[in-house]
Amino acid sequence: MRMAMLSPIQRRRLTNFRRNRRGYWSLWAFILLFGLSLIAELIANDSPLLVSYQGTLYAPVVQSIPEDTFGGFLPTETDYRDPFIQEQIEADGWMLWPPIRFSYNTINYQLEVPSPAPPSAENWLGTDDQGRDVAARVIYGFRISVLFGLTLTFFSCIVGVAVGAIQGFYGGKIDLVGQRFLEVWSGLPVLYLLIILSSVVQPNFWWLLGIMLLFSWMGLVDVVRAEFLRARNFEYVRAARALGLSNRLIMFRHILPNAMVATLTFLPFILSGAITGLTSLDFLGFGLPSGSPSLGELIAQGKANLHAPWLGVSAFVSLALMLTLLVFIGEAVRDAFDPRKN
Amino acid sequence: MSALLEITDLSIAFDGHTKVVDQLSLSLNPAETLALVGESGSGKSVSALSILRLLDERHVRYPSGAIRFEGEDLLRVPEKRLRQLRGRRISMIFQEPMTSLNPLHTVEKQIGETLALHKGLRGPQARQRCIELLDLVGIAEPETRLSSYPHQLSGGQKQRVMIAMALANEPDILIADEPTTALDVTVQKQVLELLAELQRKFKMAVLLITHDLSIVRRYADRVAVLERGVLVEQGETGVLFTQPQHPYTRRLLGAEPPAAPPESPAASEQPLLQVEGLNVHFVTGKTLLGRTKSTFHAVQDVSFSLPRGQTLGIVGESGSGKTTIGHALLKLTPSQGAVQIAGERLDQLDQRAFRPYRQRIQIVFQDPFGSLSPRMSISQIIGEGLEIHHPGPPQDHEAKVVQALQDVGLDPEARHRYPHEFSGGQRQRIAIARALVLQPEIIVLDEPTSALDRTVQIQVIELLRDLQQRYGLSYLFISHDLAVVRALSHKLLVLRRGQVVECGDAGRVFSAPQSPYTRELLSAALFYQNTSHKKPNQLP
Repeated sequence: MRMAMLSPIQRRRLTNFRRNRRGYWSLWAFILLFGLSLIAELIANDSPLLVSYQGTLYAPVVQSIPEDTFGGFLPTETDYRDPFIQEQIEADGWMLWPPIRFSYNTINYQLEVPSPAPPSAENWLGTDDQGRDVAARVIYGFRISVLFGLTLTFFSCIVGVAVGAIQGFYGGKIDLVGQRFLEVWSGLPVLYLLIILSSVVQPNFWWLLGIMLLFSWMGLVDVVRAEFLRARNFEYVRAARALGLSNRLIMFRHILPNAMVATLTFLPFILSGAITGLTSLDFLGFGLPSGSPSLGELIAQGKANLHAPWLGVSAFVSLALMLTLLVFIGEAVRDAFDPRKN
Repeated sequence: MSALLEITDLSIAFDGHTKVVDQLSLSLNPAETLALVGESGSGKSVSALSILRLLDERHVRYPSGAIRFEGEDLLRVPEKRLRQLRGRRISMIFQEPMTSLNPLHTVEKQIGETLALHKGLRGPQARQRCIELLDLVGIAEPETRLSSYPHQLSGGQKQRVMIAMALANEPDILIADEPTTALDVTVQKQVLELLAELQRKFKMAVLLITHDLSIVRRYADRVAVLERGVLVEQGETGVLFTQPQHPYTRRLLGAEPPAAPPESPAASEQPLLQVEGLNVHFVTGKTLLGRTKSTFHAVQDVSFSLPRGQTLGIVGESGSGKTTIGHALLKLTPSQGAVQIAGERLDQLDQRAFRPYRQRIQIVFQDPFGSLSPRMSISQIIGEGLEIHHPGPPQDHEAKVVQALQDVGLDPEARHRYPHEFSGGQRQRIAIARALVLQPEIIVLDEPTSALDRTVQIQVIELLRDLQQRYGLSYLFISHDLAVVRALSHKLLVLRRGQVVECGDAGRVFSAPQSPYTRELLSAALFYQNTSHKKPNQLP
């Protein structure tokens, strides 16, 4: 049924995509992991999913419930990890906990060993040096990395393809000026600028995205521009002009598809570049505000605590897994868009 | 007389595919010319390349057969032995002179390479030999040409250099793979005459691979006809041409375009397309500040008119500005001069204002492989112009696309497929359908048949004639192939270096050309048709 609604070209692309088994399964694995990380609040949280207390049902994950509801003393948000509160609730109801009873910023005060604590039944991947659960931080860190990477890639593509297309299509002076600007712009020391900028403003997700976008779009310009320079003299582009198509339509419909394969081939690199960029900024301490779950910060902790290998290993495995899956998917996408494959 | 080269039961296959050449047996005697003919894809070139084992050995397989050169089976000798034979005993000339010479090496270096390799000639001796060879192949002032790079030579000169390289070691066999296909008719004649003369001089055996039967008739002693890798017929040239046995040979021989255009309606008083004083300049050099330093005058003061329902043929050699005129009319190239369609001045309009007129004047390009966007389906390709000029519901467009495909003789179901699934002739039909669907009044046909086999050419010409009659179209037919031009054109314009040499009724120009250049062009083009089967290079 689903196949019947697709046009032949889309159907063929889908078949080609599926034929690359490695990429196909990587996509499913990635969707699963990303999907799970999107509902990270239901997997790793310091509040229970459901609480039944004195016959009333509460969902602490989505609602804020003052402590005095459960017989506490303060009218503030309940700390469900407090043994006293737990006792109160267990006495007259029940709690349904997520599999990991920590959020990314929950500090485990009941550690039996000094933090960083090694993996245990409670902290599956151990804790970091502030007593926070590594498993929870990896899940939340994965989510923020992927979201950051995808958003940055999306905007980089739009800017990079547009600039490359305009330069390549019109050529001449526009191209000349554009290329000189690119040379200057790519000569700027990006990391220093990021460090300076992030010391001027308090960096958050969107600030970092904007700052990194200033430089990440350049990678695509060259390939797209080359493709447009080549294709603008193609006979079928001339044929399209003879049909009366506007420049914009010619660029979009006739030349861009040519540039798409080059762009798509670059996408996994941009995506993984964005993720590693964010990770390295976090590692250096110039990234997301302190306390945010981030793989870079986890690596920094691993470096600072070489006696606690679970920190470094967890960060490494999750980063490597994520980047590998993305590259495999990227390869399969590239195959799918290749018209010469059938 | 024992054969110099003996091919027996040769089969060639590329991995995973069926055989491209099947059980081919041929023999080549000393000092004779054997022509291998067939349409594209018939396995001519593959067979020729296999003789020197120049096919990619990683992908090619030889399921059966032997290629014996003086008794030695070339398919089984080691690579080292082959290298001794290549270029020394057996040489080859390739089709494309533009790409078969290394653009970064001078003529001297390229010819000298084979001399050094096989004869050990170096330094002044090699230089002397190079000059001799260049002189032999008829290059004027050979001393000055030694240091030329390929891009400084014309197509004909490049092919002569290729021949000089092939002849450098006086080989016993020369394999000429479509040696003149890429050349202009007048040059083609010179090169072929040169080859024939050199063959007489050196008593070489020549294996001539071509799709052009008129060349075969003039130069070959024997002919072998290939159809899809199978040898269907071979024999003496005279016998084969007068009494072809196999239906395929008969079809090949019968593939001559009609000699005159169809009757046209009486020309109305006002021409549909009127061009006066058309000029096109290309800037070829600029100063540092961007001021124009030198220009190339591609089209100079060309004027012509095209009545409704008729065809104007534009002929000339490559570089004469034929294609540029076509592009200038469609504003694909900036130009000066008055262009009128049905009395409306078009040349002063900018691109945007010209857009509505594009529906009335359409173009079909030369290369059917390059002019269709490979990523769009046939229906998208043909329907694209409709979206611009006739915005409407998709069902209407679909119906028009189907109609256009039927008009050009293709199955309407083809609209869901992609260009690479079609042959050259079918693609050219699709390109015609793309122009036709807009119901234009004028179609500029820019060498629409030159990339096609002769039999396919004839089908396309028939189609064009038929469409012209049915829809009253006017054609501007640009071609270097006079036989094709004669089949379509009511009027003829002869161009040379951007200038009109002669213009008038096609019949009159063909029968009584006024200018010497036209006479030369006509005699070169029709040279082979008029000659008998007599062999000019018969050994005395």
